[in-house]
This record gives sequence, C-alpha cells and structure tokens, in this order.
Amino acid sequence: MVAGTPKLNVDSLRAWYGSEEVIHGISFDVRENEIFGIIGPAQSGKTTLLKIMNRTLEFTSGSRMGGLVEMDGEDIYHIKDVYGYRRRVGMVAPLPVGLPLSIYDNVAFAPRSFGMKDGEELDGLVQKCLEQAALWDEVKDRLDSLGTKLSGGQQQRLTIARALSHQPEVLCLDEFSIAIDPVTTMKIEDVLKDLRKEMTIILVTNLVQQARRLADRTMFMLNGEVVEIGDTEPMFSGNAKQPKTNAFVSGDFG
Amino acid sequence: MQLQRSKWKAFSEGLIEWTIRVSGISAVVFVFAIFIFVFWEGKGLLFSDDFSISELLTSEKWDPTHTPPSYGAARIILGTFSVALVAMIITVPFSLGGAVFISEFCGPRLKEILKVVIELLAAIPSVVWGFIGLKITSVYMKELGADAGVSLLNGAIILALMSMPIIVSISEDALNAVPDSYREAAIGLGVTKWQMVYRVLLPGAKNGLLAAVLLGMGRVVGETMAVLMATGNADNNPFSSDAPFLDLLVSVKTMTATIAKEMGDTVNGGDHYQVLFLLGVLLFSITFIVNLTAHLVIHGVKRK
Repeated sequence: MVAGTPKLNVDSLRAWYGSEEVIHGISFDVRENEIFGIIGPAQSGKTTLLKIMNRTLEFTSGSRMGGLVEMDGEDIYHIKDVYGYRRRVGMVAPLPVGLPLSIYDNVAFAPRSFGMKDGEELDGLVQKCLEQAALWDEVKDRLDSLGTKLSGGQQQRLTIARALSHQPEVLCLDEFSIAIDPVTTMKIEDVLKDLRKEMTIILVTNLVQQARRLADRTMFMLNGEVVEIGDTEPMFSGNAKQPKTNAFVSGDFG
Repeated sequence: MQLQRSKWKAFSEGLIEWTIRVSGISAVVFVFAIFIFVFWEGKGLLFSDDFSISELLTSEKWDPTHTPPSYGAARIILGTFSVALVAMIITVPFSLGGAVFISEFCGPRLKEILKVVIELLAAIPSVVWGFIGLKITSVYMKELGADAGVSLLNGAIILALMSMPIIVSISEDALNAVPDSYREAAIGLGVTKWQMVYRVLLPGAKNGLLAAVLLGMGRVVGETMAVLMATGNADNNPFSSDAPFLDLLVSVKTMTATIAKEMGDTVNGGDHYQVLFLLGVLLFSITFIVNLTAHLVIHGVKRK
C-alpha cells in the first residue's frame, strides 16, 4: 500500500446548507500519490466534500463550513490567492461539461487565463492533456470543432483533459462515469492509474467495484459522517471493521 | 382502462394544433401584409415619370411642398443612420455591462431592485423621454456648443436610454440561460470571475446577446416621438468629409419623425403622401436587411 506523506488533512469538518447540517465533523487525510476512494449512498455529503476541497462551495448561496482543511500543511480557507489554490485542485463533475468553445479552447482555457500565450508551448500542453485523457486520437483532426458537439463519453474525457490542463496536484473526480459507457469508463480508469504517479486523486463513486479497482484506500460516508476509512481490499473482501460497510459494499443497501 | 383517445379529445387536440399553426403562420402573413400595404400606398409615385428613386436616395434637397417639389431624402436617411449609430455606440456597452453586473456580480437583493427599476424604465412613454430630451439633456448640449440644444447627440442619448431596458433585460435572460455547470466548471479551473464572464458566459450567451442588441436597435430605428423632440428635426447632413467626419451637435431629421410630422399635412393619395410611404418602405427594408444580416451571422457562427 502507498504510505506517502499526507497531501490533504481534514479535521472536524462540518458543512451546512442554510440551517441544515450536511457534514457532521469528519476527519481524514489523503496521502500523496494515492487514489483515495469515497463511497456512500446519495445524500451522504460526498459532492459537498469535493466542493470544499477546491473551494467552490462558497458559490452555493446559503452554504457554510467549519473545521480545518489543509493542503501541504496550509489552511486552504486562509489562503490568500484562492484562484491559485483552485488551480492546484482539478475537478471533474458527474455530468460532462463541455464549455461552449472549441475542443482546443476548452483545454487551453485555463492556461490562457493564467497568461500562457498561444504557440508551441500551449499546443504541446493541449496535446499532452488530451493524450493523458485518452482523447487525442479521436479529436486530433478536429480540434477546432465545438467541444459540446462531442459524445457524452468524449466530453467527459475532454473535461478530464481540461482539469489536467492547469497541472493540478490533486484531481477530484465526482462520479465521473455515470454518464458514460463501460468501455470508455475502463479507458479512463486506466488513465487514472497512470496519473497517480503524477498527482493525488480523490475519486467519489457510487460504483463500489470501481472503488475496489482503483482506490488504494477508501472512505465510506453515510449521512454526512465517516463510517470507516481503510485500505480498499480488506474493506471490499468482507473484512470491513463496521457491519454497515460490509452491508453497503455487498449491496444490501445504498 | 380505456387506452384509446376519445373522439372529442382527438378533435380538440387537432383544433389546438391548428390554432397554434395559424398563429405561427400569421406572423409571416402580417409582415408581408404590412409591407404590401405600405408599398401599395406609395407605388403610384414610385412608377411615375416625375419621380426617380436615385433622387430619393442621393439628393439632399427635401422640399415636398414646393412647386415643383423635391424629394431628396439623403439627409433624412443619413440622419436616421447617424442617430441610430451613435445611440447604439452609447447603449450597447452600458447595457451589456449592466446585464453582466445584474446577472453575475450583484447580490440577490440589489438584483431584484435593479430588475424592477429597469422594467419601470421600459414603461416610460416615449413622449416623456422626448420632454426629457427637449428640456433637460438639451441644456447640456447647449453648453457643449449645440446652437439649439436639440441635436444628433441629444437624440442619441435619449434613444440610448430608451433602448437600454430592452437590451439589459433580454441580455440578462440570455446570461441566465447559460447553465450554472459552465460557471462551476470555469471557476473550478481557477479563473477569476471576470475571466469566467468574458471567456465562457459571453460566448455561451452570444446568440441571445445579439438578439437583445437587435431588438434594442429596432427600438432605436423605429422610435418616433422622442427622437422628433430631441433631435430638433432639421434636415442637416451630419457627415462631412473632414475630420471628425460626424458633427454630433447638429440638428438632424429622421425618417420616422419626417413621416409622423408631415403625414398630417398631406393630401390623401397625393405625391407628398406617397413619398412618405416610400420612406416607410425604405425604413422597413433597412430594418429587414439589418435583421436578416444578423440572422445570417448567427447561423454562420452556429454552422461552425
């Protein structure tokens, strides 16, 4: 198992939408260069947790959070350059979001915003990200056509390429495979296994088998609380410490 | 359980479908009917020997009550064009900026207030705008050097204010129609809110924004009363071959104002009456061409 240094440290994290508390004081850490799986049924706070990680929860009106989230030992909620911080965390949403731009511009969007000029360097970066997302071969002849015209699976890989374009240290994937076919899913899973060498990956998934295939460690969340965190394999082979985890991974509820 | 539709239901659905179809087609019919009517009223003069279309378009002498009359509408056409142009130059940046502010940057309470106030602005009758042009803004024009105050710039400012609520509300709707997932995706990439607006929202909403600008332009070109009161209605040519090429402080005459002001003095069916209808045809054609061009632009973009 990977026993890297902690990349992210979460301590007593709580979150509210209006007066409703959706995350009830959870603590865990994510280690460098691991794939950290988060599983749990709907309404367990997984997506909210990811939004806290890349500081986009604050755009949801009425939301609040409390507790501590640190990246590399730095409190991300007291960081000065919040835009710079978001660049360190890539985010892939459940439904693919092709921005209304060309395929090239979708991937070049973030680097350009940070001041990279058009030219060989940008071309190279766009190609590298599309290759990493296993999309390059399918789109290399039509980089000028609209990203929104791609199929769902291709758009999701475009989203991944875009998330990689700002060379993040942590990549968060929120149920990335719910809108795409199994073949594409397997392709992306292979991509993620490769990416682990370069970055830390947080994988929120509803598919317990996907977590089993990919994650080094897995956290099981239920109703905004952490039920169990542990190495993936024992958790999925019926040796979880908590009966609820065993019940969830074996499909008894969820 | 009865799975078949009853005859009555089928009949009423058919009826509704036809009503909707007729309503849809009627728009086309009305446009053609209006064009034909306006054309019909002016066609007698158009085909007579005393009249030449090139004189109407190029001569600067408009003296329809003189004997023999002169029907040169060049100054009127240029007046219309210049007022509309200046008004659009003023209103488009402010209106789009206002829409972006309301949709993306202001708090929910201010948003509600601004939306209500802007809707109120749209409800002000044009004659009231005309008064404002005649009595308030014209004073400042005098200070700038316009002899009578009422002038091209004065009219353009009033028209800019009048078209602003339309452009703001429709642009704001267009921006709201851009899915939130775009915003989240862009922000999640670590760009600033402003970068998100001009790199994602404006391209995403461009068709709606263009429609908003066109509707605003329709209001600007078609407005009559306010522009009559605010521009002074004197037929000068605001353009010149020397810099700055456009005199903003000169009083101009527009096609709409000319038609409205002179129609009452004409003999029904007379030459003057007919030439005013021809001006109407011209105005109609210009707006039609502008809309068509914009439509083609949108489709050109879409095809890409």
